[in-house]
Amino acid sequence: MNTFSFICIFLIVLSGAYIFGHRYALSSVKNSTELHSLPSYHGFYVAIWFAFPALIVLVFWYFIEPIIIKSILLESIRTTALLGSTTPDLLLNDIKNLATNSFALKSASAVKLELVNRYLELKSLGIYLKIVILFSIGMLGIFIARKKLSPKMRARQSVERVFTLVLGVCSIIAILTTIGIVLSLLFESIRFFNKVSPAEFLFGLHWSPQTALRSDQIGASGAFGAVPIFAGTLLITLIAMIVAIPIGLLSAIYMAEYASPKFRNWIKPTLEILAGVPTVVYGFFAALTVAPVIRGFGESMGLSVASESALAAGLVMGVMIIPFISSLSDDIINAVPQSLRDGSYAMGATKSETIKKVVLPAALPGIAGSILLAVSRAIGETMIVVMAAGLAAKLTANPLEAVTTVTVQIVTLLVGDQEFDSPKTLAAFALGLVLFVVTLILNIVALIIVRKYREKYD
Amino acid sequence: MINPMPKSIDRGPNLSAERFVKRYRSEKCFKYLGLFAIGIALSMLIVLTSSIIFKGHSAFWQTHIAIDVQITSEDVASISNANFRGITRTSIRSEFPEVKSRRDKKQLYKLFSNGISFEIKEYFFKNKIQSGGIYRVWVKASADIDMLRKGFINRDLEETNRRISDKQLKWYDQLDQEGRIEKKFNVTFFTAADSREPEQAGILGALVGSILTLFITLILSFPIGVGAAIYLEEFAKKNYWSDLIEVNINNLAAVPSIVFGLLGLAVLLNWFGMPRSAPIAGGAVLALMTLPTIIISSRSALKAVPPSIREAALGMGASRLQTMLHHVVPLAMPGMLTGAIIGMAQALGETAPLLMMGMVAFIVDVPGNLTDAATVLPVQIFLWADAPERAFVERTSAAIMVLLLFLVTMNLVAILLRKHFERRW
Repeated sequence: MNTFSFICIFLIVLSGAYIFGHRYALSSVKNSTELHSLPSYHGFYVAIWFAFPALIVLVFWYFIEPIIIKSILLESIRTTALLGSTTPDLLLNDIKNLATNSFALKSASAVKLELVNRYLELKSLGIYLKIVILFSIGMLGIFIARKKLSPKMRARQSVERVFTLVLGVCSIIAILTTIGIVLSLLFESIRFFNKVSPAEFLFGLHWSPQTALRSDQIGASGAFGAVPIFAGTLLITLIAMIVAIPIGLLSAIYMAEYASPKFRNWIKPTLEILAGVPTVVYGFFAALTVAPVIRGFGESMGLSVASESALAAGLVMGVMIIPFISSLSDDIINAVPQSLRDGSYAMGATKSETIKKVVLPAALPGIAGSILLAVSRAIGETMIVVMAAGLAAKLTANPLEAVTTVTVQIVTLLVGDQEFDSPKTLAAFALGLVLFVVTLILNIVALIIVRKYREKYD
Repeated sequence: MINPMPKSIDRGPNLSAERFVKRYRSEKCFKYLGLFAIGIALSMLIVLTSSIIFKGHSAFWQTHIAIDVQITSEDVASISNANFRGITRTSIRSEFPEVKSRRDKKQLYKLFSNGISFEIKEYFFKNKIQSGGIYRVWVKASADIDMLRKGFINRDLEETNRRISDKQLKWYDQLDQEGRIEKKFNVTFFTAADSREPEQAGILGALVGSILTLFITLILSFPIGVGAAIYLEEFAKKNYWSDLIEVNINNLAAVPSIVFGLLGLAVLLNWFGMPRSAPIAGGAVLALMTLPTIIISSRSALKAVPPSIREAALGMGASRLQTMLHHVVPLAMPGMLTGAIIGMAQALGETAPLLMMGMVAFIVDVPGNLTDAATVLPVQIFLWADAPERAFVERTSAAIMVLLLFLVTMNLVAILLRKHFERRW
């Protein structure tokens, strides 16, 4: 019985409960106006009484079942002769793996085979037991609901209370996500900082997270000084900003002040396409088109350019960032009251003088906010740098050399096989925590600036 | 006492003609500077798309070679038992009787894709050929020959510097003169999953993976997002809590996507034990990521419904929930759907969090259900961009074209939906 058919049966019974409630309400009175609530609310009432207990059982079962199966299996493991070589937990894992891998199962020993069969037996028994318990609890719910149903019952109020509760739970999920992010990053980072001191991580100048497999190898413990990574991130962000700020700001000024409404309506979404292109496409573009061009150009001038130079990644990232600056700055420049401009014109200033001396200073806080948002976007950008920037952590300010960034390191540390207690994998979470905190601060500052500025002119 | 007049009476504005010329020149310069900036941004867009199309268009055609397959009537009678590998090789050898040494034969076979015996088998199976004899079958050329045909391999290089030997070049020219090399539409690209051999690789696996992942994302994020929006907009009391939720949602929208990947890895995979690389886990992470987008756009759609609608419904005796579900939400639905489509387009192009969820595995099967190991289109692009073979460059670009096509379609649908249902109250 797979999940899909289970869901189907559940939905069928659910609608059955609804219809039952609906019919029951109508049949209990001669005239439907005698009911306090509409019959559909009686239907919902019964359906809720079925679904909620059943779902609670489902969640409960999800957590309880592995524990029960484990204790039963451990009991039978203790009686076998296998225990001599390994611990019960390892053996248990082994059996679970065998159960899902029919190929390895063929070469398993007879004792193990028996345990595997027992495990599978327990599992299928568990599924049937789950269904039986779930539906009988649900039926009990329907029975209770039927007892409560009466023409005078305030079914609408009860149903609406539940609906509102569900809506409230939906809105809490956003908060839970934030809490989940903070807790998971903090938890893993603390484990990392137990092994590597925070001072070394934040101020160390050497980064080589590869830990040796055996303790007697050279470089048995990796170095976790993240300064070169932060420097690389800042370098690429700086290059991106040097590209994006002038182009974005000038485009915004043109769109807001000079362009005809028709041109603006057309050009603004077109520029926003730049922000909608998937970042993996930019990464491909940077690595296979821009980087060779820069390299060829640099070498023709006698410079040595790394094939994964910071310049290529930064330039392409700058192009991606343009619309973040241009669209937001355009909105902000538009929000500057016309009276300021009119005052300036009346004094005989030209349009560009008005923009430079009056409009831009008035819009400056908002523009600063949009730039901060763009910086936070650039710092958190992953795919462009993964594909076009380097892996080696080098402390340099030369844009023609390869540097690495926080996001690149997170990806390289976590993609592929991982063991979850080595400092190498945990370092990725520490870097993630730094990334989260920095972007969060940038975003909050930017939002405060933009909001304060808007209030001033409203 | 009267103040003496200031001595310099000529401190008024400088109204000389030269200054006017200068001011108007700078005015013009400033304007064109703005236009120039827009021009640069637009030309970047054009360079980006044209370089992708330029690189990728050739991937839609694949070089095929015709070989005359000699098949006996016994083999035809029992296709499933026949040794097609042997049949293929003898057929190839009989075309070039002068090739004798083992090494040369090996080189000769390398003109063709290594899966051609299956192609030939399928040809006989599909065409229900009943009698033995010689049949001309078009089969895929190897990726190197394909590159040669498309002009990406320079013939004038030294033999040691190119991937095709002089002998192979000679055979290729011979086949070409007989008119037995042709470029045909690359069906495999749309019907196969990933492969180590460029000529056998396709995007179907990644496309199905993307669809399954987006399905999970949609069924999770749309109901939850709309529910949250309704609650925040219509039911929540304006207090400390609702402010907190609002700030939190705005910040969540700006959290780097890779952080969601870390969340998924730590919580969904390690804590809840969801299957690695599966669309269900990837889709759940993308759902958390698109949730803020959907909540924000749904709230603005709800805000756009005028209060008079609510007041009319409440005045007729509807409860608050009835007012919402029967009147306000249906009117706000087009706006909500537009937001959902834009959120889905975002999720479709997202790569980084899925790398964390282990969707970077090399998967040769088209995923069949939500817990199978799968990859998605952007990740497939990432993987191919890393592959060393020249033939994968054009396939990467072609896959990007397919991805962009999907994104453009989704955004167009969103725009049309907005245009069609937009109401001025």
